[in-house]
Amino acid sequence: MNKFKQQFLAGPYLIWIIGFILLPLVMILCYGFTTGDCSFTLEYITAIASETNRKSLGLSLKLGILCTVICLVLAYPLAMILNNMHIKNQGIVVFIFMLPMWMNFMLRILAWKLLLSKNGVINSILTSLGLDRINIINTPAAVVLGMVYDFLPFMLLPIYNSMTRIRHDWIEAAKDLGAGSITIFFKIILPLTISGIVSGIVMVFVPSLTSFAISQILGGGHVLLIGNVIEQDFMQGMQWNAGSGLSFVLMIFVLVSMALVNLFDKEGEGTALC
Amino acid sequence: MKRKLLSALLVAALAVSMTACSTGGSSAKDGSTLTVLNYGKYIDETVVKQFEKETGIKVKYEEYESPEEMYTKYKAGSIDYDVICSSEYMVEKLINEGEVLEEDYDAMDNYKNLDPTIVDMSSSYDKNHTYSVPYFYGTLGLIYNKTQVDANTVSSWDCLWNPTYEDEIIMENSVRDSFAPALISLGYSLNDTDEDHLNAALDILKKQKDDKIVYAYYVDETADAMIGEEAAIALCYSGEGALAMEENENLGYAVPKEGSNLWIDSWFIPKSCTNQKNAMQFLNFLCRDDIAEKNFEYVQYASPITSVVENQDKEQLNNEAINPSKETIKRCEIYKALDDEKSALYNKLWQELLSH
Amino acid sequence: MLKKIASRFYMFLMFAFLYLPIIVLIVLSFNDSRSKVKWGGFTFRWYTNCFRDENIMSAFATTLQVTLLSSVIATIIGTLAAFGIAAMKKRNQTIFLGATNIPLLNADIVTGISMMLLFVKFMDLGFVTVLIAHITFSIPYVILNVLPKLKQINHSTYEAALDLGASPLYAFFKVTWPEILPGVFSGFMMAVTMSLDDFSITYFTKGAGVNTLSTMLYTELRKGIKPELYALSTILFFAVLLILLAGNISPGKKQRKQAAK
Repeated sequence: MNKFKQQFLAGPYLIWIIGFILLPLVMILCYGFTTGDCSFTLEYITAIASETNRKSLGLSLKLGILCTVICLVLAYPLAMILNNMHIKNQGIVVFIFMLPMWMNFMLRILAWKLLLSKNGVINSILTSLGLDRINIINTPAAVVLGMVYDFLPFMLLPIYNSMTRIRHDWIEAAKDLGAGSITIFFKIILPLTISGIVSGIVMVFVPSLTSFAISQILGGGHVLLIGNVIEQDFMQGMQWNAGSGLSFVLMIFVLVSMALVNLFDKEGEGTALC
Repeated sequence: MKRKLLSALLVAALAVSMTACSTGGSSAKDGSTLTVLNYGKYIDETVVKQFEKETGIKVKYEEYESPEEMYTKYKAGSIDYDVICSSEYMVEKLINEGEVLEEDYDAMDNYKNLDPTIVDMSSSYDKNHTYSVPYFYGTLGLIYNKTQVDANTVSSWDCLWNPTYEDEIIMENSVRDSFAPALISLGYSLNDTDEDHLNAALDILKKQKDDKIVYAYYVDETADAMIGEEAAIALCYSGEGALAMEENENLGYAVPKEGSNLWIDSWFIPKSCTNQKNAMQFLNFLCRDDIAEKNFEYVQYASPITSVVENQDKEQLNNEAINPSKETIKRCEIYKALDDEKSALYNKLWQELLSH
Repeated sequence: MLKKIASRFYMFLMFAFLYLPIIVLIVLSFNDSRSKVKWGGFTFRWYTNCFRDENIMSAFATTLQVTLLSSVIATIIGTLAAFGIAAMKKRNQTIFLGATNIPLLNADIVTGISMMLLFVKFMDLGFVTVLIAHITFSIPYVILNVLPKLKQINHSTYEAALDLGASPLYAFFKVTWPEILPGVFSGFMMAVTMSLDDFSITYFTKGAGVNTLSTMLYTELRKGIKPELYALSTILFFAVLLILLAGNISPGKKQRKQAAK
């Protein structure tokens, strides 16, 4: 088949891109930049500066960053440990740590609701041990916990993958040349896993910044994230223009923050898709 | 080899689900479907199945949490609902907007089963009673755990603002129902739309949140949480209380003396209805004695169907959480519809509270 | 030695963190009491109830249909598109890949809402709209898995086959196809995974009476917790375990990382 004809195989996809990727985005712009009677306005874009929206965006950022940092701190050592294991069934062990990810994410949240609720499993264990109860259900802490549980594998996998690509002889060579384990970590392991860390950060930060279901279920109405505001604009408030405006701002926000994160990915591995 | 096996498995699953799809889809195509929109936990699911079986009509059943959510879902126009159940003020709003179709009660054999006094009550939102069929009614009140709170405390809304109940109170995750106690506590009517009064109510609700009194803002989860004794007091609808009391005998229900909200949920046929005959058939079915009984046993609110009330034993009849007494009804008020401007104001205040 | 103990201990802690919630669900699914904390005896009641529950079963069926249909269609469109893109000039490639990145980079909620706004204007929300939405966010994963394989292909083998008298179609299926098949397969598996786990996009594009497991669970969780859901969790957990073991630990997830970029 010649190259010219082969290009047409992308035809159906081109139609799909126009119809279901670009057109929807145009719709968001349409709604976000017009009022109910179709006249142009910036009111809904600037609405992000209103007190309610600023607060919820601030909270989303705070929880999103917190969740990302916790995931990174938990996942990095785990990835190292998994990578350094010299047993035959390393694949199985990695598989065990990935398995919970395949369970429906709503069910994973359900589990935490059970554990954390006031008279839930954790508290009844604590009480029977004569310890103080912890009341974190319906607080931002519970939401962060739920997010960390949900998104941890997204951090673990890319980091682990980038570690498996480090060749052992490099480390051996460094050791032979007299490098201590701290030097090895900072001079070899960390630089070579930066791209994995960056992928992980992106994959955890974006969903945690924009999630609304986790905060709804574990937050008990106390935790209003920017995703919840948008969801309410669309599903309860009948304010589609306002919701679209916020969505647009959120989109820009996500793109900019990812561009920033990618700046650290000096190898450019992440930006090159293929 | 394993991959091939897996692929074969997936293809088989696809084939199975496709046949399931086609059997499900065929009945949908011949026009005999009915799209129903109702509150969550508000019908006995077997009733829907029975309706499908008896009439051959396929029901697409969809649920929502708050009246505002219903309004948005309907107004979005993306789904043609045939019949909707909602609270009086939303029904009134939609009637005012000309979104509701008149109903032909003569076509309903079971219309006579409705208690005329309840039908009269519905004239507050459906003036000439031409647009709606009452489904259940009840009050907004407090469900409380008797081991932690005495009956005297919950006889006034003041208990909701009392900091001794730190982390022990569940509020409604619904605009008007959360504002109502605040407005009443301030001595205003729950239909007050004066901006200053609403802001004053918002301040109380914000303070309540600041004092860490609120454990959660729930709607349909309230009963579950109270049964699990997660909170001492919860603002909730009467039937929700009755359900919870059945499961946990430590619970009680009270309507504070300052008065409260009396609500009537009713079914109406919106303009988007594509098959009025089916919709009427469904409403008629719901008014049938045995079906109304089933639904009553499931949701435990006060039923407008005469026979259902007659069949109740004394304990049920005197249970304030099921059947509000005459005195209670007297001190309660029915919500009036809000125009667009006031709805937007309410919505703004509500978001302000939630993000506080 | 101390290091080894510390790392084992850390592994154990993480294992506990990941599995305790699931174990609690599994244990409670056999508990003959509605209480979350009191043990009321052993029962299979929740399992039979779960299979009898129309809500759960129809959501389960819808999930299977949406996932399999969308993944198959996305795999076909995506694989074709990968062939097309591979043949393009650099500039057109960049444009196509840029568009491919949009659903990957965008927040789910924004993708879901944008599609809802479109659908509401032109069609009724229902099963089809959910399907279209799932296909849309699945295609990029397929393309990103197939394209690298296409670039690795050695063209001379294909041309040698032609020189030896093979028809182009025969040469394609004998030479090219086996080389890209792993990519197609992992793309398909990723599409399945993403589709199964999606909530936000389905939530905004679904019509009345159409529920996938995720949206059904969201509605149910907001009404309180039914013990049938513990049973459902247990069943799903073991189903996933078996499928993944049978599939020899799917390669799909490993590429997730590249795709996320």
